[in-house]
Amino acid sequence: MAEQLDNYYDTYPDDDGHFGIYGGRFVGETLMEAIYALEEAYNRYKDDPEFQAEMDKDLADFVGRPSPLYHAENWSKQLGGAQIYLKREDLNHTGAHKVNNTIGQALLAKRMGKTRIIAETGAGQHGVATATVAARLGIECVVYMGAEDVQRQAQNVYRMKLLGATVVPVESGSRTLKDALNEALRDWVTNVDDTFYIIGTVAGPHPYPEMVRDFQTIIGREARNQILKSAGKLPDALIACIGGGSNAIGLFHPFIADEDVAIYGVEGAGHGIETGEHSAPLCAGSPGVLHGNRTYLMQDENGQIIETHSISAGLDYPGVGPEHALLKDLGRAQYVSVTDDEALQAFHDLTRIEGIIPALESSHALAYATKLAPTMSPDQILLVNLSGRGDKDMHTVAALAGLSF
Amino acid sequence: MSRIKACFDKLKADGQTALIPYITGGDPEPWVTVPMLHALVDSGADILELGVPFSDPMSDGPVIQKACERALKNDVTLNHVLDMVALFREKDNETPVVLMGYANPLEAMGYKVFAEKAQRAGVDGVLTVDMPPEESDEFLSIMDAHNIDSIFLVAPTTSPERMAKIAQYARGFIYYVSIKGVTGTATLDVSEVAEKLALLKERTDLPLGVGFGIRDGKSAAAVSQVADAVVVGSTLVRCIEEHADRLEELPAALAGLLAEMRHAINAQDMTK
Ligand SMILES: Cc1ncc(COP(=O)(O)O)c(C=O)c1O
Repeated sequence: MAEQLDNYYDTYPDDDGHFGIYGGRFVGETLMEAIYALEEAYNRYKDDPEFQAEMDKDLADFVGRPSPLYHAENWSKQLGGAQIYLKREDLNHTGAHKVNNTIGQALLAKRMGKTRIIAETGAGQHGVATATVAARLGIECVVYMGAEDVQRQAQNVYRMKLLGATVVPVESGSRTLKDALNEALRDWVTNVDDTFYIIGTVAGPHPYPEMVRDFQTIIGREARNQILKSAGKLPDALIACIGGGSNAIGLFHPFIADEDVAIYGVEGAGHGIETGEHSAPLCAGSPGVLHGNRTYLMQDENGQIIETHSISAGLDYPGVGPEHALLKDLGRAQYVSVTDDEALQAFHDLTRIEGIIPALESSHALAYATKLAPTMSPDQILLVNLSGRGDKDMHTVAALAGLSF
Repeated sequence: MSRIKACFDKLKADGQTALIPYITGGDPEPWVTVPMLHALVDSGADILELGVPFSDPMSDGPVIQKACERALKNDVTLNHVLDMVALFREKDNETPVVLMGYANPLEAMGYKVFAEKAQRAGVDGVLTVDMPPEESDEFLSIMDAHNIDSIFLVAPTTSPERMAKIAQYARGFIYYVSIKGVTGTATLDVSEVAEKLALLKERTDLPLGVGFGIRDGKSAAAVSQVADAVVVGSTLVRCIEEHADRLEELPAALAGLLAEMRHAINAQDMTK
């Protein structure tokens, strides 16, 4: 593996967006020229000093970066093992890591002269982050959201509307994130000339998995510097939750060549992997093609995508970014899962012990930390990505306690 | 010679435009698909396009999305659709059949297994909406080896350079998507289509079909002026939806709808 990892950054993806056998450009012909145009624009601007400067300024002054790296001392002590550090993406403007990406794509949309932005959203965090940048740019924004998610994330729906976006509930299929993605792709095909599609995770056709990753690696680059500064060494392990995989790849990517850093991606086990009601394609799926790329999918033996379940709307997706599929096959990252109940317990624990209310998505990463930390020693470091805050989940958590607002 | 080539050669000799209806396999009930295919041939279809149901038909509008949902409710899979083709072939060994669908069911079956089964069933062509030439090398060589034509799409957004690339991959005929949008949602502009087809014609010798946005005899006739083949889908699928609780009337209703387009095209062809 060491040899493969030496060349990792130069090798993946290749020029056609392949991460080994994964990734690629699996879209209908109408969108092909559009994704090439996007790729060209991205390649032109990504190293452009002016673009970079504008991005850095937005990330600092608008988003509030760098996000802190917080040593959760109470919780570490209670768990009785590794020192747990939390990368505080929850403190970003709009409440999650999603905005790192929307800032970048919005700057591209502006340079490409697009007059309309569309997005899909699950938990609503990406929708809010997109509506936010669209409001700033003063351009039209349409967000597709599964009808079921519109209900369970009602607050975020209202936030998007306040920001001036049109939220379109998607009634087809399982009425969750994958169906929102289908509908956004249909919109893009129809309005391809003037519309920029801001995909919210490291999925979709090339160049999205690479581009969104690059925008999100600010998480890992900052975390690397911060831990070296405060602890004087690299962490022993990283943990992040996996919906489409953007917060996770953002944290993992700058550490991939550091072979001594163990990497764990946590999928939603829902009611338990054995029940079939989960959203864990890396743990329990198989390779296939969906939404523009080849990757691990939850599918039946006939290649039909099957319905997923997770307590957190942001993890409720049957696919995963193609780079995670590669990291799994290479054995560089391990993919594990935690159930709804375990995530919920971690949600309450962090809230009571550290005074931080995490998003239910992030609570999956935290729940795995409660398993891993006690197996490690107090001089070891566990770095967990706290991808978002739990404000949006009050509704869901209260309902489970029998309360409503 | 492939059935598709034989079909286009004959039509060309007769100065006729091909009419290609699309229906989704297994919609609304598996048993009516083959009777509908025969009825379509009887009422003027030259080539049949049979949809393989998929859970996430990203390039389709609501009409075909719902057809997929109905078929999937009946648990119709790629294997069943291949069985339908084999059954159709028992009575019709001439009319070309093209499967249209998405990549994942083919991935799940495996390209080789699919090619063998499809060839055995009597499939002549495959159109995989979300598999552009860029991702098709392996698929194409396997289909070629089994004498199955890989049909590719060209869209209004496709540049002339890209048309040339697609032409290298394309077999059988090229399918021009006449609108920017998903199936069944907009009406095409014939002069725009003609312009694109002229560009395409400079880059390929294959016959050119036009689909998406043809909804009646009038639009079918208009397109037949400029194309070698006219593909109709959503209009037929809507008729299927309307007859879902009157299945015994369905093949005849569908045939009537197609016959109207056939007449309109023939009238147009006479003036060529
Ligand atoms: C807070 C938070 N974390 C994680 C995710 C999952 O997405 P990804 O895996 O792309 O980071 C979401 C998605 O909505 C989210 O809102």
